[in-house]
Amino acid sequence: MTLLASKPAPLVRPPERAPYWTMRRRDELAGWLMVAPQLVGIVAFVIVPLGLVVWYSLHEWNVLAGTFDFVGGANFEQLASDPRLGPALRATGLFSVGLVVLNLSLALFLAVLLNQKLRGTVVFRTLFFSPVVVTLVAWTIVWGFLLQDNGGINGFLDLIGLDGPNWLRGESTAMISVIVVQLFKGVGLNMVLFLAALQGVPAELYEAARIDGASAWARFRRVTVPLISPTILLTSILTVVGSLQVFAQIAVLTQGGPGTSTTVLVYYLYQQAFQFHHFGYGATISLLLFVIVLALTVLQWRMRRKWVFHES
Amino acid sequence: MRFRSLTAAGTVAAMLALAGCGGGSDDAGASGPADLRMTIWSANAKHTALFEQIAAEYKKTHPDVGKITFESIPIENYTTALTTQIGGGNVPDLAWILESTAQDFVTSGALAPIDKDPDLLPSTTKTWEKDGQLFAYPFSTSPLGVFVNTDLVTAAGRPAPAQQVAAGNWTWEQATATGAAVQKSGKGGIVVGDFDYKGWDTLNSIWAGWGARPWSEDGKTCGFDQPEMVAAMTAIHKMVFTDQAMPGPGVTKDFFAGDAAMVVTQISRAALLEKAKFKWDLVPLPKGPAGEYAVVGQAGIGVLKRGKHVDAAKDFLAFFSNQENSAKLAAFFPPPRKSQLTSAVLAKANPLLKPAQLESVVIDGIERGDIKTSHTGYAELQQTVRAALDPLWKPDADVKAVMSGVCAKVNPLLAK
Repeated sequence: MTLLASKPAPLVRPPERAPYWTMRRRDELAGWLMVAPQLVGIVAFVIVPLGLVVWYSLHEWNVLAGTFDFVGGANFEQLASDPRLGPALRATGLFSVGLVVLNLSLALFLAVLLNQKLRGTVVFRTLFFSPVVVTLVAWTIVWGFLLQDNGGINGFLDLIGLDGPNWLRGESTAMISVIVVQLFKGVGLNMVLFLAALQGVPAELYEAARIDGASAWARFRRVTVPLISPTILLTSILTVVGSLQVFAQIAVLTQGGPGTSTTVLVYYLYQQAFQFHHFGYGATISLLLFVIVLALTVLQWRMRRKWVFHES
Repeated sequence: MRFRSLTAAGTVAAMLALAGCGGGSDDAGASGPADLRMTIWSANAKHTALFEQIAAEYKKTHPDVGKITFESIPIENYTTALTTQIGGGNVPDLAWILESTAQDFVTSGALAPIDKDPDLLPSTTKTWEKDGQLFAYPFSTSPLGVFVNTDLVTAAGRPAPAQQVAAGNWTWEQATATGAAVQKSGKGGIVVGDFDYKGWDTLNSIWAGWGARPWSEDGKTCGFDQPEMVAAMTAIHKMVFTDQAMPGPGVTKDFFAGDAAMVVTQISRAALLEKAKFKWDLVPLPKGPAGEYAVVGQAGIGVLKRGKHVDAAKDFLAFFSNQENSAKLAAFFPPPRKSQLTSAVLAKANPLLKPAQLESVVIDGIERGDIKTSHTGYAELQQTVRAALDPLWKPDADVKAVMSGVCAKVNPLLAK
């Protein structure tokens, strides 16, 4: 009775624990593992160096004496009053504007030209792209010989009865020379990107424009440019950032001269840090360059809403 | 949160890296043989073979020393690469130091003091001393002379410089006339070694003949606007643009390939003439308005205080530069030792040069020559002067105004 009266306690099963490794967690882990190598690279080669540059910019580091003294904002104060910074920024601006305008226009012109179904276009595409794969310093050294007063360029000009200037010794011609050397080195890459974009423009749009009586220029302006505008955005960001980082050409061709006419910001920071041994001040200049590159990139990215026709 | 963890990891890594960069380590007490490393700028196989031969002999009596390596860095970026190594904590034990940066290395305290041999000529150790202590061994003290392509000079109808030396009329005026005559034939006239219109300090081989100096003895006062320097630079400008005796800016002429009549350079370059296909001669620098003079280029070898094996490096340097090895090194690098500055010793080491050339250019040059320009913060001064001098290298330049402009730019640096 007693036994009957006392009901056995209901069997309460503990709630079943959900397995930890759910599909979502597995996917998440797989994702992290896949990006881990890249993440390690970003930490090691971007975040840590950036942190070090900020740290160094607050110090005076005498490499030879082995001293590393905290100076607070002294390097930033020096930057604000440095009389050599203005000319360096001016040279950087000149180089960047000259290179970006020439590079993008020439690359687009060549791409449109080589997008035609004509004999020999493959050869010309290879020809214009080949400098991209040539070692930068070797390319620049060869141009250095060509641009000498008694070099190949002036020899050619002499043949056609022209008296060429001393390219690397004139303040304006030296900057033009550096721009042209870099232009021919890099135009092939943008040309290929434009070519790829041009080949993605639907032929029926040109057909429709033609039927509507649009001229070649109108077709280019109203059809081609809007449809390749994402590529124009990409190439302009790449070219602007690349132009702000020019170094080897200056180091090999002009060493910043004549005067300081080709002393661009990167070359100036190299001089301060590695030649004059002002590592702290060099780090401060590199922070300025970082801010300029970041600001220009953000500006271009924001402007895309105004002039980029579509984004895929 | 994750971002914070990443930032923390980055900061720790930065601190660790910094700890590694901040200063050299001293593991002199570490067990095992000490490996020594010396940075040099020469990549000449004969130079390195001799260095290695000396190192091998040293190791025979020093089993506590392991490998001794000579690391060659191109001259164009030699000091930059060396200081970057030091900054990165990869401090060599010994380093070949150029005279232009001697004061930077000596005054900063980067070098350990070494023993001074009484045989060393005082004129050769001056650059490397501070407070009575010697901080580098001036192992190469190389006077500047003028190598002459006598074939080109004779073909241009000019008297050989050696004859002019003998007649006592070997002057810059005569040298200019010879250079101009040769340049008319399409070859180069006078080439100043390593000048290229950027390395202006190599022009000291000319301006010293006018008694000019880029700055005062104490390094505080600019000398570019002084009458002697203005006169010297006017003469050089005339030599380039009016007389056309020197290849102009942007024109390269290689004397050693037979493309120029004369080159003003260090006598240690004589080795490049071993296979010359033209007749050549070596004469002293021409007389300037201030009379006869000599200029000496120098290199020292120092022991880096923050190197890993300072004592072993000092001991090796003492062996490397002793009487016997100094005589061997004299084959390429004129010795700073009084006892070895004889034409007999030098002739044995320099078979390409005649005893008379050794006497007049090398021995005389080392004994009374001015050491090339040096100053603390030299790299910055070098660049500043280069930029300010650029307007001079045009045919219509106002020499006096340019030289005043140089001082305006240089004065703040000299005042530091």
